Amino acid sequence: MKKYTITALLANKSGVLTRLSGLFARRGFNIDSISACATEDANFSRVTIVFTGDEYTLSQITKQLDKLIDVKKITLADEKDSVLRELLLVKVSAPAEKRSELIEIKEVYKAKIVDLSPKTAILELTGEPNKLDGFIQVIEPYGILEMARTGVTALSRGEKCLNDLVDYNESI
Amino acid sequence: MILTGADILIRCLKEQGTDTVFGYPGGCVLDIYDAIYRDGTLRHVLTAHEQGAAHAADGYARATGKTGVVIATSGPGATNLVTGIATAYMDSVPLVAITGNVTVSNLGRDSFQEVDIAGVTMPVTKHNYIVKDVKQLAATVREAFYIANAGRKGPVLIDIPKNIQTETCEYEETPRKRHAPRPVSPDSLAAVKAALEKAKRPLILAGGGVIGADASAQLAEFAKRLQAPVCSTLMGLGAYPASDKQFLGMIGMHGTDAAAKAFRRADTIIACGMRFSDRVAGDRAKFRDGKIVVQFDVDAAEIDKNVATDLSVMADLSEIFKALLPQLAQTERREWLKEVAAYREYGEEHAPSALPAYQILSALHSFTDADTPVATDVGQHQMWAAQYCKFEKPRTFVTSGGLGTMGFGMGAAIGACVGTGRKTVLVTGDGSFHMNLNELCTAVSQNLPLVILLMDNNTLGMVRQWQTLFYGKRYSQTTLDRKTDYVKLAEAFGAKGYVLAGEADIEPVLKKAFAEKGPVLVDCKIGIDDKVLPMIPPGKTFDDIITKL
Repeated sequence: MKKYTITALLANKSGVLTRLSGLFARRGFNIDSISACATEDANFSRVTIVFTGDEYTLSQITKQLDKLIDVKKITLADEKDSVLRELLLVKVSAPAEKRSELIEIKEVYKAKIVDLSPKTAILELTGEPNKLDGFIQVIEPYGILEMARTGVTALSRGEKCLNDLVDYNESI
Repeated sequence: MILTGADILIRCLKEQGTDTVFGYPGGCVLDIYDAIYRDGTLRHVLTAHEQGAAHAADGYARATGKTGVVIATSGPGATNLVTGIATAYMDSVPLVAITGNVTVSNLGRDSFQEVDIAGVTMPVTKHNYIVKDVKQLAATVREAFYIANAGRKGPVLIDIPKNIQTETCEYEETPRKRHAPRPVSPDSLAAVKAALEKAKRPLILAGGGVIGADASAQLAEFAKRLQAPVCSTLMGLGAYPASDKQFLGMIGMHGTDAAAKAFRRADTIIACGMRFSDRVAGDRAKFRDGKIVVQFDVDAAEIDKNVATDLSVMADLSEIFKALLPQLAQTERREWLKEVAAYREYGEEHAPSALPAYQILSALHSFTDADTPVATDVGQHQMWAAQYCKFEKPRTFVTSGGLGTMGFGMGAAIGACVGTGRKTVLVTGDGSFHMNLNELCTAVSQNLPLVILLMDNNTLGMVRQWQTLFYGKRYSQTTLDRKTDYVKLAEAFGAKGYVLAGEADIEPVLKKAFAEKGPVLVDCKIGIDDKVLPMIPPGKTFDDIITKL
């Protein structure tokens, strides 16, 4: 079992994410995270899907998604050839006596404090999922009140673009 | 020219070559039905129930190769289509389903007869649409027909809210854009060619994809060139002529012993437009058993899905053959063909029975010709029809394979009969027939030349067979304690009815039935414990075939 990240360009229409998530459910694919966003072209949105599985699951997820009419382009975002990023917001307990320690930790991770109250702080960190995991481990002892992660989003390195690929439904 | 949405829909259907539609009117399709009335050129077949209409559009598409079209109103009209759409989806049948819905401003308010049919049918359509702007309607209809027929075929649903049907916009007639499959480069087939040349005992498995791609003639040439025997899945029956010496019959759970024997001996399997369903492959893990597996399929996701392949080509089957056949030298495989011919001649064993269904079905050919469509429902009668009606041509066997929909037959037979204009046979069972027998009224209204052979054993025979073999003869809810008089029933609907009670009746009763011009039902009184054999128990291998009990 391995973690895989795939990225896809979708037609920017209502119901497209339902088509995706419905397919995952009925084919029995378990998804770790999915993040969707707008793109430079108003006709398309972009999703990044992370899941844990074997090569068979990877091949079936990719092929079954590609068959959806609204999925235009899809590819595996290889860790070596792609920039993978995730954003974390975490609200920790931050009484005055613990604040300097927290500030030291956030300096090491290059995180930001984006909100402060007498008892709490919200920290923001962007990075690869592993880095976020490590950061969470370190600040856990201070007391995490709540947290939100965006899920991974990815772009391939170099000149290659997702848009250059062929749409399966036009290739048959 | 400025037209209403309803008129644009009718014009677009005609652009796509549609001349026949199946359906049922209702509140949210009133405008569409008004447009059909005013147009006056479309043949509309009114069924008794929307499910029957969906199966009829499906049967029409299977028998003719054209796109089936079904129309239903919102809410229950739309949900009644769902089984029919799912049946078409599982068997890759091109179908366009059109549903009405409440006005766009009433969507999402639980209005009267409102249902999110696009949401409901998402998993059983290739694609679906809710048209929220009349300006998008024409493009949507055109795209729906294109998608239904491109690559692996399948159903597409268009949900049209009522206000879209009455609003107007500019319409310009546009010629149909047909899908042109991508050609296969001959160079890409080098490895396949080498594997085929190396094969000592190749076996071709033909599936419904051969029929979908209209590649039957090419398959025959492929088999002759390769000198390989051919087996067919249920969906592939008719793709290769049953009377040909190289044909070994159906393969799988109720396939022939000859097919099972040939499969065990084969060293190379060439899967053409078939997807190794569990009913064919049995134990997936043991299926390959050291054989080389070559798969040709138009759907990338089918390759390596159920059985891992050594070589595969993802393209339209007809294009694959077009590129492959010229490269393939005529081969000699006398020994192998002699060996499989012996399997074929061995024949089947039959358990004693007062009126075996196989005798009725084997007698059919003297009343039909190679073009007669034979539709079925689902169960024992379906398997007997698959085994004993010898299909010579594609699109003559109309059956629900993937979804296994009991109740499919009446609608499907009506659609096949309407589409081909030929005398059509429906082989059904008393379980399946009771599900949609209401469509007898449709066959009568349309005065269709339909011969219904009802295998009446007073039980859900296939379930009973499993209960006999695997559930200690505990016949839970399968004995039908019904008192239906099928002759009276047929007559009440305005059809003819006959009883076929014994072997001596077969010839005379079939003769009378086939002489009828309109719909006729033949109540065939078969035994309650007749079995479908051979049988490979579920999840087992070809070594576990049961040929007699």
